[in-house]
Amino acid sequence: MEFASLLIASAESAQGIAAVDWNFLQLLWFVLLGVLLIGYTILDGFDFGVGILHPFVGKTDYERRITINSIGPLWDGNEVWLITFGGALFAAFPEVYATVFSAFYVPFMLLLLALILRAVSLEFRSKFEAGSWRGLWDYLFFGSSALAAILFGAAVGNAIMGLPLEAAGEPVASGRVSLDILREMTMLDKLAYQLSWYPLLCAVFTVTIFGMHGSIYLYLKTEGELQERCKRWVWRWFFAFAAMYVVVTIATLIAHPHVTGALTEFPFLWIIPALNALAVANIPRAMYKGRPAYAFISSCATIAALVFLFGMALFPNLVINTEGVNMTIANTASSDHTLTIMAIIAAVGMPFVLAYTGAVYWTFRGKVELGKFSY
Amino acid sequence: MELDVVQLQRMQFALTIMFHYLFPPLTIGLGVLMVVFEGTYLKTKKPIYEIAARFWTKLFAVSFAVGVASGIVMEFQFGTGWADYSRFVGDVFGSALAAEGIFAFFLESGFLAVLVFGWDRVGPKMHFFSTLMVSLGSIFSSVWIIVANSWQQTPAGHHIINGRAEVVDFWAVVFNHSTIARLTHVWIGAMILGAFFVLSICAWYALKRKHMTFVKTCVPIALVFAFVASLLAPIQGHYQAHNVYENQPAKLAAFEGLYTTPKEGEGAALSLFGIVNEDENKIEAEIAIPGLLSFLIHQDFSKTEGIRGLDQYDEVDRPPVAIPYYTYHTMVGLGMVFILVTSLGMFFLWRGKLYDKRWFLWVLVLAVIGPYIANQAGWVAAEVGRQPFIVYPNDANYTADNGTVTAEAGWTETTTEDGTPRLTPNERTSLRTQDAASKSVREEEAIFSLIIFIIMYFILFPVWLFVLNDKIQRGPESEEEVAAAKKARDERKGTGFAATAVAGADKAKAQSMTQAKQDKPAGGSDQPAADATDDNDDVKEDV
Repeated sequence: MEFASLLIASAESAQGIAAVDWNFLQLLWFVLLGVLLIGYTILDGFDFGVGILHPFVGKTDYERRITINSIGPLWDGNEVWLITFGGALFAAFPEVYATVFSAFYVPFMLLLLALILRAVSLEFRSKFEAGSWRGLWDYLFFGSSALAAILFGAAVGNAIMGLPLEAAGEPVASGRVSLDILREMTMLDKLAYQLSWYPLLCAVFTVTIFGMHGSIYLYLKTEGELQERCKRWVWRWFFAFAAMYVVVTIATLIAHPHVTGALTEFPFLWIIPALNALAVANIPRAMYKGRPAYAFISSCATIAALVFLFGMALFPNLVINTEGVNMTIANTASSDHTLTIMAIIAAVGMPFVLAYTGAVYWTFRGKVELGKFSY
Repeated sequence: MELDVVQLQRMQFALTIMFHYLFPPLTIGLGVLMVVFEGTYLKTKKPIYEIAARFWTKLFAVSFAVGVASGIVMEFQFGTGWADYSRFVGDVFGSALAAEGIFAFFLESGFLAVLVFGWDRVGPKMHFFSTLMVSLGSIFSSVWIIVANSWQQTPAGHHIINGRAEVVDFWAVVFNHSTIARLTHVWIGAMILGAFFVLSICAWYALKRKHMTFVKTCVPIALVFAFVASLLAPIQGHYQAHNVYENQPAKLAAFEGLYTTPKEGEGAALSLFGIVNEDENKIEAEIAIPGLLSFLIHQDFSKTEGIRGLDQYDEVDRPPVAIPYYTYHTMVGLGMVFILVTSLGMFFLWRGKLYDKRWFLWVLVLAVIGPYIANQAGWVAAEVGRQPFIVYPNDANYTADNGTVTAEAGWTETTTEDGTPRLTPNERTSLRTQDAASKSVREEEAIFSLIIFIIMYFILFPVWLFVLNDKIQRGPESEEEVAAAKKARDERKGTGFAATAVAGADKAKAQSMTQAKQDKPAGGSDQPAADATDDNDDVKEDV
């Protein structure tokens, strides 16, 4: 019953793209947010994957140190993509930032908890050699990585599913929304809604993506027996991922048909799912042929395409309102003046960011070596 | 019920920001000192400076990691806990935050990797460059966050339209009335903390008679930094307080415990000590210097122009007094202690007796707590003194829903029947803290998150201290250790992998060498056998 009403509501909320009067700057920032999200998902994606694999592939302390140090110098910079994404969302679409972050209060707090625990378990694990000390941080590292992956997946599911923002018919004036329905829901009501079957399905899917991505990354960074074990995990994760991909696609098309809106409007964008399928198919091919670097690139491309499709599923909306008018890139954006200033900041800053991100990855290229300064 | 949520959110914000602020001032101050140590090493080639740089980098990294982890919370919290605030300021505040992400965070975290893990990966020049960039990054991030915070205190460069503040003049937002004063104040506070941190650890070693070469290298540099910064603090602080007088007289009244407006001709006293009685609106057992506040502001002991007591404001528009009064006085008092301690230190250093004065070394060991308290106290005074507003009343153009634009003043001055002036804030250009929290967040959610953070920080803080203590007990590396590490780095040029690898690495080394050989035809991106100086050049080109 509840499911049926949700289905109808989401179908109704699929409003025509043409009806939304957006301008170039708003589109630019929608795209740039997408770019930041792609960057973050690819980079921190393998960090999470490594975290999820950590207790399973590493049998000895030495091997576990290898897995941790494969992301050791990089995870911090990778996380900055998330911070910048958050800052850019705040700046470009403050209304969305405010509504979403406060509506998903408890899941966000759990996410923060997971990110902090992950950071400190990486940092503190190596400080003492006692087995119990390291074991504790190993499991915290695993648990927090898995929790973060689950919550990110659930967030995507919720974005597709939408939020009950206000009673139907009440217009969203300059992005302002009424939050009466959310305010009436208790903490547990909200959690039950936000962690219902569809977001959880997306969460499992996300875990398989990161697991696959991380295991290919570890395969690239390790040697010997450890590498062989990673390889087995690549296959396991790949099949889990492929199965979940099919399940999630079918579930989405049935439960939330509005996701194809943009594809109907701009048919040439079908190229993205097509390329995505090729990238997915290339992963087992490359692994089989012993070219893990290609597998990794394909895995990156897969993630990029999935985030792109996620953006397409939303566009031009940012928050789907199951009860009324959606929050779009037009009615929630900052002023054009601010968007222009930010575009200048991004244009000046991003080349530097890419240059020194490249420099750091170059410095730490190759197989993991444990040195005096490793974790 | 709504009041409770706001109080809970305020408690959570206070907890998370105060915890976070244990780390940034340390990394800003220590970062500058690391640049000095490593720069001196590059110039003089004396190994002891490299030992110093390597040691402080380790302590820096531990603190930086906790700073980053706790900093993520801060950024998300504007949206989770303070949604209506985010709606009001997003257009203005957001650009500063985005700039911080793009200019500062990427710089810091990217080069931090090279700084911490790169000693045996890159050449000395590239490493120094990374140290410089990390230090610069941490300074940049202080710039943008202070811009945002100063805008809340003294908003400028915006207009109010669509029920929110929107940018009109970006540079007027950046250089609002209090940015420069507050930024320099924060930097000085950070420098004092960084220098006292170094002094404290060195004094500990000196008491144990350990690592004396290291101590005698670090102490003079840190002491000079601490001395100069401590002397600058009151000079700059005076300028800063004058800024508060100009822009936020109610806050100054709270700092000084000025419940009653001083009478013209009598001058305003400078309160040195007292007990705040908020029920009866007075300071008890007060010790004050008559006329000194007037003198500091107007260079005239009797002039009181513009000095306002809290009696000129309605009760609902007044900041609380006790917290700002005590924290402000704590900060100023500690500032005087820093001057005393560093002057004594300079004197003993000059007489060559510093390392023999055991009592004074103990003072230095413990003195590091002072700058921590002073930094926190100063911020508490600044933020609580801004209450009950989250965005302070300000002059701005206001566009109504029907499109009419009016120029509004932040405060309107009227005269009451008994002839005293009365200031009324402009509710249209300002935002009260009471109205700024998230409306969709319920009490139980706020309690849940507050408990999470309390538990987490109560675990994190001891762990941080524990690890820091462990690194301090181990002490700096010896000259031989550093030489061995460098020799190993140089050997890698010839032998390939893992010459520096630790226990159990021999097997891996053999494997990796075979692996390296196999990989060679593939294009060599997998072989770090490349000359360290080549790495250096490559990276430079990329930058």
